[in-house]
This record gives sequence, structure tokens and C-alpha cells, in this order.
Amino acid sequence: MTEPTPSSMQRYLTDTVREIPPSGIRKFFDLVSASKDIISLGVGEPDFITPWHVREASIYGLEQGKTTYTPNSGLPELREEIAAYMHKSFHVRYEPSNEVMVTIGGSEAIDLALRALISPGDEVLVPEPSYISYSPIATLSGGKAVGIETFAKDQFKLQADQLKQHITPRSKVLILCYPSNPTGGTMTYDDWLPIAKLVEENDLIVISDEIYAELTYSSKHVSFASMPGMRDRTILVSGFSKSFAMTGWRLGYACGHADLISAMLKIHQYTVMCAPVMGQIAAIEALRNGMDEKDRMVESYNQRRRLVVKGFREIGLDCHEPQGAFYAFPSIQSTGLSSEEFAQRLLQEGRVAVVPGHAFGNGGEGFVRCSYATSVAHLNEALDRIGNFVNKFVKTPI
Amino acid sequence: MTELKSKILDILKEDARREPALIATMLGKEEAEIQQAIAEMEREKVIVKYVPVLNWNKSDDEKVTALIEVQITPERGRGFDAIAERIYLYPEVKTVYLMSGSYDLQVEIEGRTLREIADFVSTKLSTIESVLSTKTHFILKKYKQDGIILEDHQDDHRMLISP
Ligand SMILES: Cc1ncc(COP(=O)(O)O)c(C=O)c1O
Repeated sequence: MTEPTPSSMQRYLTDTVREIPPSGIRKFFDLVSASKDIISLGVGEPDFITPWHVREASIYGLEQGKTTYTPNSGLPELREEIAAYMHKSFHVRYEPSNEVMVTIGGSEAIDLALRALISPGDEVLVPEPSYISYSPIATLSGGKAVGIETFAKDQFKLQADQLKQHITPRSKVLILCYPSNPTGGTMTYDDWLPIAKLVEENDLIVISDEIYAELTYSSKHVSFASMPGMRDRTILVSGFSKSFAMTGWRLGYACGHADLISAMLKIHQYTVMCAPVMGQIAAIEALRNGMDEKDRMVESYNQRRRLVVKGFREIGLDCHEPQGAFYAFPSIQSTGLSSEEFAQRLLQEGRVAVVPGHAFGNGGEGFVRCSYATSVAHLNEALDRIGNFVNKFVKTPI
Repeated sequence: MTELKSKILDILKEDARREPALIATMLGKEEAEIQQAIAEMEREKVIVKYVPVLNWNKSDDEKVTALIEVQITPERGRGFDAIAERIYLYPEVKTVYLMSGSYDLQVEIEGRTLREIADFVSTKLSTIESVLSTKTHFILKKYKQDGIILEDHQDDHRMLISP
């Protein structure tokens, strides 16, 4: 809400920025940081440290004096590795010289894509519950975010009829994020087919955030860009944060049609010039020699995923089985609390931090996001505490 | 070894106290199947023992450990095994490995004092007739053992809540 008389310095801000609501996660962060002895299931990043060979490669680069700018679109070797990886793992071909660009995290790629595509008033379709950045960035780009609700009964898959209902003549971009943060939902080839058809029929452009592509547990990730006819309509965004446990390096990339990538590159070159070279060197090593380590991490997430899903169900919280990422998204409706109340009271009374589903937009209310990227010992302890807390509200059938 | 068994071992290597029920959940299997696989590995001595990994640096017990390179002449017909056995049966011997390279057996022994180890080497080890030579190296500090880093230096630096 805008204040009728904005306090002194605030009046210099643009309406757009002032009107963007504070992030629900941020608010909760302050609460959690003030608490002691808690177990946090609110962490949206791997609990692994970047594998040593990757860190070592970057250190060696520093020793060799590799401390300069790189080409705007990133080191050529890295773009080649990314293109080869996209082809081998997800069956999409990109030309490394002009269809791949290296960015400061997937985050920058999302920002660039929206800024390159959105004119004032354009509508950006965002399946919700969704990663918290899309709508604010769409707004900052002058567009209007339009939430499309997805549901637990559909494992939070995007349904074509839901999408269709929200398409208007102003619809320009559809943002997809599967495997999903926060729900853990994934999409198969067959799930994608009707979506791809609508995209085609309505001449939409897709930003497909596939940053969790490596973290799938029942079937291999199907890239939206690999769907028939979708490659040129899709800006594929990904990064090293999640698959290779490299969040702090801030390294991601975008792949797509040369016309789109060169437009994004135009913004990138004037705003940041290039992604940090240390991270780029590390990323080359990750793609060349990091696959075994990555597989071990995925196996470990999978084991913990089974543990928390079973745990929540035993506690009496409905929990759809997440097939990707490292989040479980149990329903807390049986407690009669709102997601915000649940998270707040669980923090105070149970000493466990989770993120209220409400922070992730429509369809998130009634759920909480629990990251299982934390040790088995912590997960077991957290489940015990959540169980005791929930017992105050619901009697689980014995 | 089956894939299941090797996954069970990976989980136990992280924490040997994990119960079959927990392992079953983590692997999406039935508890009985896990129990059976573990029982088999115990019977076949794939799993020999469940013991804690200790960091002696932090205990009050005074201990001295040495690695000894031993050169030997193998016994006709029985190779190195017979001599290895004569050495490993001593309780103060913690590990014995047959090595490739410039010596034959690597023996790790543990004692309370330097003197104890010196005595062992001079009176017991060197006097075995097939032992040609020994070279004793005292361990000053253990950093990592069996894949486990002993000094806890990797704290969780993550922010408690992130998007
Ligand atoms: C769905 C999704 N997209 C993008 C990002 C940003 O990742 P990066 O570290 O590459 O900027 C995150 C991080 O949490 C995420 O969950």
C-alpha cells in the first residue's frame, strides 16, 4: 500500500518500487534470525559445500592471475561446456557463440529476459505457488504479473485449462519453473504437450527457469525447450547454484534464440559487463568433472526427501510427493492455522523454521515450504518437534 | 555387491547407528529387506564391526601411534600371509597392509609411550626371522581418517532462511 504522505526520503522513490510489497520471506527471515536453538527448514540452498576440485580450480585460476574481465557473454570454453551439457543432458542444441550467455546467477538471467521482452502493460503469466522473484521483476520491467494457481491434487503441475483461462490479448510471457521451488512439482513430456500447444497458439514466449533440472527423483527432467517447436520460443535459464552446490559463486546462464540472447546481452553488457571470472573458471571445472559428485548429492537429497515426506504423513500432514528440487510442501490445513500463524507459532513453540506458503503467491496459503537440504539428524529432530507441535491441533489416528 | 547393499553401506558409513527402519525409509524399501541385506553383509564379513571414530587429539588418553614400513622375505608356499598374521595378532598392532613399492608391509601400532613402541619394534617385530628391515615413523597428528575429517572445520554458514 502507498502511504498517502510518504515519509521524507521515500517520496523520491518511483511508485513502482514503492508499491512492490516486502518479500514474505524477508519478513520471516528477521523473525528467525532473532531466535535461538532452532532447526531451520527454511534454507533454499544446498547443504553441501562446493566440491573441492571445483574450489581448487578457481583458486588455481587466481594463482595464475586470472582476475580480468571476460567477454560479455562469458568465457568461450564455459559457453562451449554449457552447450555440450545442454545437448547431452537435456537434448537441446545451442550454438555456444551466440545462443548461450553466462550471467550472475539464474537471477540475473530472469531479470534480463523480462527486461528484454516486456513492454509496459504486457502480462506475464506465473504459475503459483512460485519462486518469489518473478512477479516483482515482472513489475519492475513494467509488466503485470498474472498468477495461475496450481494445486496439490495435481502435484502442483501446471494445468492447460488453468493456463488458458488466464491468457488475454496482453499475455506475452509465460514463466515456467519445474522442478518447482517451492512445491517440488515437476512436469513430464506428456504434461508439457498441452502447455506447448497453448504457447504456440497464443504466440507466447517462455522463460523456463530450470535451475533444479538436475534434482529430479523419479524420471529425468524434460526441458521445456526440448519440446517440439518450443526451442526458439523459450529462454532457458539455469545455473550452478543448486546442481553443483555453488550458490555463493553467483553463476548462471541463459540459452535461447540468438535474437533473444543478443538483446539480453545488450542489457548485460551495460549493467554488469560480465559474470565474475573466478566463478566462470569454477563452473568449467564443475561441468567437466563434477557429474559424479553431483549424482552423489542428488542421491543424498532423494534419501532425505523420502524421510521427510513419510515423516509429514505420519504426523498427519498431507504431503504430496515432491519429484524434484529439495523442498517438501506439506499442507497444514488440518491444524486450522494460516500458513503464517503456523510458521510463526512453530518457530516460537516448536523451534523449527519453515517458510509460510503464503509467501509464494496464490495457492500457497495452507502450505509451508520445508527444505530437506539439511542433515538427517536435523530432519529427524525437526520432524519430532513438528509432530509435537501439530499434535496440539490435530489428533493423529493411531 | 548389489546396488542396494552399496547404498546401505554409504548410509552406514555416515552414521553406523542408523536403524534399519530409517535406512528403509531413506531408500524407499521395506525394513525387512534392509535387515536381510545387513544381516547378509554381517555374515559375509563385509561389515565386520560397528565402531566409533575417535579423535584422540581431544581425549585425555595419552597415546602414541607409529607407522612402520617393514621389508620381509615371503615364506615359500604361503607368501606374505603367514608373516602378516604373526604381526597382526599382536593387540598393539592396529592395521597391517600389504603394500606395493619399496617395502612390503605397513604396520600401524599404538602404544602409551614412545618407549613402548620402540620396545615393540626392537624386541618383537625385528626379531621375526623373515623381517629384513623396519623403518618407524611416528604420527604427529591425524587430520583425516577413513574419509572423515577429524577436526570439525566445516560449519554450516548458510542463512537460516533464503528464497
Ligand atoms: C527457482 C529458482 N530460480 C532461480 C534462483 C536463483 O538462483 P541463482 O543462485 O542462480 O541466482 C533460485 C534460488 O533460490 C530458485 O529457487
